[in-house]
Amino acid sequence: MIRGKRVARTLAEATVTLVGVAVLVFVMMRVVPGDQITASLGIEAGNMTEAQIDALRAYYGIDQPLHEQFFGWISEVASGNLGVSQRTGQSVLEMTANSLPVTIELALFATLLGVLIGVPLGMISASRPNSRRDAGAQFVGLAALSVPSFLLGALLLTIVARVLRYNPNAMGYARPFEDLSLNLQQMLMPAIVLGFALAAPIMRTTRSAILEVRSQDFVRTAIGKGVSPMRIQIRHVLHNSLVPIVTMTGIQLGYLLGGAVVVEQIFSVPGIGRQFLIGMQQKEYAVVQSTVLIIALLFLLVNLATDLLYRVIDPRVRSG
Amino acid sequence: MRSTRLAGIGARLITAAMTAALALSVAAPGVSAQEDGGDLVVGVTSDADTLFPWKATQFQAFTMLGLIYDNLVELDQNLDIVPGLAESWQISDDGMTVTFTLREGVTFHDGTPMTSADVKASLDAILLEETGAVARAAISSISSVDAPDGSTVVLNLSTPDAGLLAGLVGPNVGIVPADATEEALSNAPNGTGPFAFGERAPNESLTLVANEDYWREGEPTLGSVEFRVIPDEASIVDGLRSGAVQLAELTDPIVALTAEGDGITIEKTPQLAYHVLMINHTREPLDDVNVRLAMQCAIDRQEVLDTAALGEGAVIGPITSPAYLSDPSARPCPERDVDRAKELLAEAGYEDGITIGGMYATGEYATAPNEAQSLQSQLADAGITLELEPLEIGAYVDRWLAADFDTTVALNGGRPDPDTMYGRYFPSTGNLNQVATYSSETMDDLFARGKASGDPDERKQIYADISRELEDNAVWIWMFSGNKYSALTDDVQGFVPMPSTSLQYLRTTTVE
Repeated sequence: MIRGKRVARTLAEATVTLVGVAVLVFVMMRVVPGDQITASLGIEAGNMTEAQIDALRAYYGIDQPLHEQFFGWISEVASGNLGVSQRTGQSVLEMTANSLPVTIELALFATLLGVLIGVPLGMISASRPNSRRDAGAQFVGLAALSVPSFLLGALLLTIVARVLRYNPNAMGYARPFEDLSLNLQQMLMPAIVLGFALAAPIMRTTRSAILEVRSQDFVRTAIGKGVSPMRIQIRHVLHNSLVPIVTMTGIQLGYLLGGAVVVEQIFSVPGIGRQFLIGMQQKEYAVVQSTVLIIALLFLLVNLATDLLYRVIDPRVRSG
Repeated sequence: MRSTRLAGIGARLITAAMTAALALSVAAPGVSAQEDGGDLVVGVTSDADTLFPWKATQFQAFTMLGLIYDNLVELDQNLDIVPGLAESWQISDDGMTVTFTLREGVTFHDGTPMTSADVKASLDAILLEETGAVARAAISSISSVDAPDGSTVVLNLSTPDAGLLAGLVGPNVGIVPADATEEALSNAPNGTGPFAFGERAPNESLTLVANEDYWREGEPTLGSVEFRVIPDEASIVDGLRSGAVQLAELTDPIVALTAEGDGITIEKTPQLAYHVLMINHTREPLDDVNVRLAMQCAIDRQEVLDTAALGEGAVIGPITSPAYLSDPSARPCPERDVDRAKELLAEAGYEDGITIGGMYATGEYATAPNEAQSLQSQLADAGITLELEPLEIGAYVDRWLAADFDTTVALNGGRPDPDTMYGRYFPSTGNLNQVATYSSETMDDLFARGKASGDPDERKQIYADISRELEDNAVWIWMFSGNKYSALTDDVQGFVPMPSTSLQYLRTTTVE
């Protein structure tokens, strides 16, 4: 009964959020100056006659009143039709089916690297607070946070291409089932750049969580009982610090699933961030609106998954 | 997705088989097996935004479609008109009809023969307003098209139009099959050009394959051309360096200049597009010619070029086309003269200086903000305060079209023929005259004569007069034109860059 109520509430919240996002993105796309005609023609639009412009408005479907455009779009989305890109003739569903797996692969790869760098750094840093070791680890974390990904990405790519004459990202994107080895090579550099940036907040969260847990009584008891330091670190301290770490990782993963626009640009990765950006540049309303909705939905799903994960890690959440 | 890829591979296999068959069956000398030239990868920052030739304005779409579609006439590398699908043409003495004789034996990529009916249908459709074709204005002097026999096309004009042939060049006036629809062509382009549509992964790559039946003997030399999307110009250079990409056209001077060497050659080509400060003549005090001349005198164009574009380009007058090039030293104050600027301002009654707005676009082309700032600081020396207003491109285009600005820093496209280039701005009947906000009887008369005259020397004189009239009245302030940079790896041969965005000489290119 309680569980049923919870599920219903979660679903209702998710629906309200999605509708809010839909309204917001629709309004924003209309408020921004310019439309598909001026986006594709630029100042050449001035060279066209009124009748020509009217024909184009009808072609792009922007001759309808705004409310009709909105409800037309929403009802199509509700029935599973996310719209079509006039540029490529592809449906948004098709585009997303191509771009989303790319983004998910990159996001998971980057998150893995972020955790592998961030958690050990945080543990090193917390093992002796305010020591040189701590300062060193904190410095790495700060650097990761401060160096913008466009700089790190461009630098990495240029150095590798110049020195090693190696640039898998210019070979044309390879899907994993076509050429797994090339695909992984193409994902490596963007994942490093994203993972590095991700490591910083994970490292800081890990550090403070461990420091907090370590000051608790049960840790002292365990030390007193003579449990080995390694076992205390992993089994007791780290395990009990996981909730904030998982929360932070989940939030970051949610952002990454929204597409890493800049990194995708530099490394020519055809993910969902680029799908959004290209739609935006061309003012393809259907593409932008539906892509944003999908991204919002993903964010909600990741949050939900993070929520569920707490219950696995920490039985106290289950009872509460 | 998967099925289109397989279809693409199928098409490639068929093409390969056809190539092999051709190579085996044709033993005669002079006909080369066409896959010898290799497969070329061109790096582009964006996929084509449309595959429908008549609506393409985006640089990448224009480039790709220019290889797929042919025109009645073409431009060579010197921008001279040369025969295309039309072997020859005849202009009547009164200039009111143009008769084209079409090449025999030309076929579309799907194998159907190209005839006068296709030419007539294409031009008729472009002229129809409902089509939304961007080239309509450029060929609107055509009142009707006749196709008396399979290889003859007659254009009947409403007025003599010396710029018409130049207006018939480019994918926007590409000849398509008479029965083709926009929808069909958007998915499966079908032209008569040197390359045929191969396969496409939207926003990733677009591959063209050699047209084995292309009407120019022995061309194209390449087996295929892949346009690979690498969104960042610097990343394209990294692709050239690793050898994954062999050719790219770059616009950012900083990226291009740092790319040179190390197996990469950069060829600079001056562009027809011009950087200009457009002036709104309906706004006070800019309606006063002395105020505009004061601005003209206060600006050192070379300095704008140096600070904004690393000196990469040339100071220009209004007309950038080589055949009609304006002399930039023939303007009032060819050298910067701040004292003269102050005098002119005083003559106009503004001894204490003026304040005007200056709008520019951000994120569209790299040099705009620096140009605006250079102008601002130079004008300030003469007591003219330029209040800069940076705008996102969508907002910029809206305001530009509505002529809602005092002045604006702009990069306007150039054309080989001065009538197609300025005939839309300065005659009072021009489509963009409400943006140019300037017209005069002298100007109308000059443009009418330029359009009607069939004598090249006379036309040169007329457009020189137009150029001088524009500069003497400081209608706008023309500054400079930049370079385009063709980056080639050392194994690419036979490529000739064009002053336009066309990559037409990919048809004579080979790669080892």
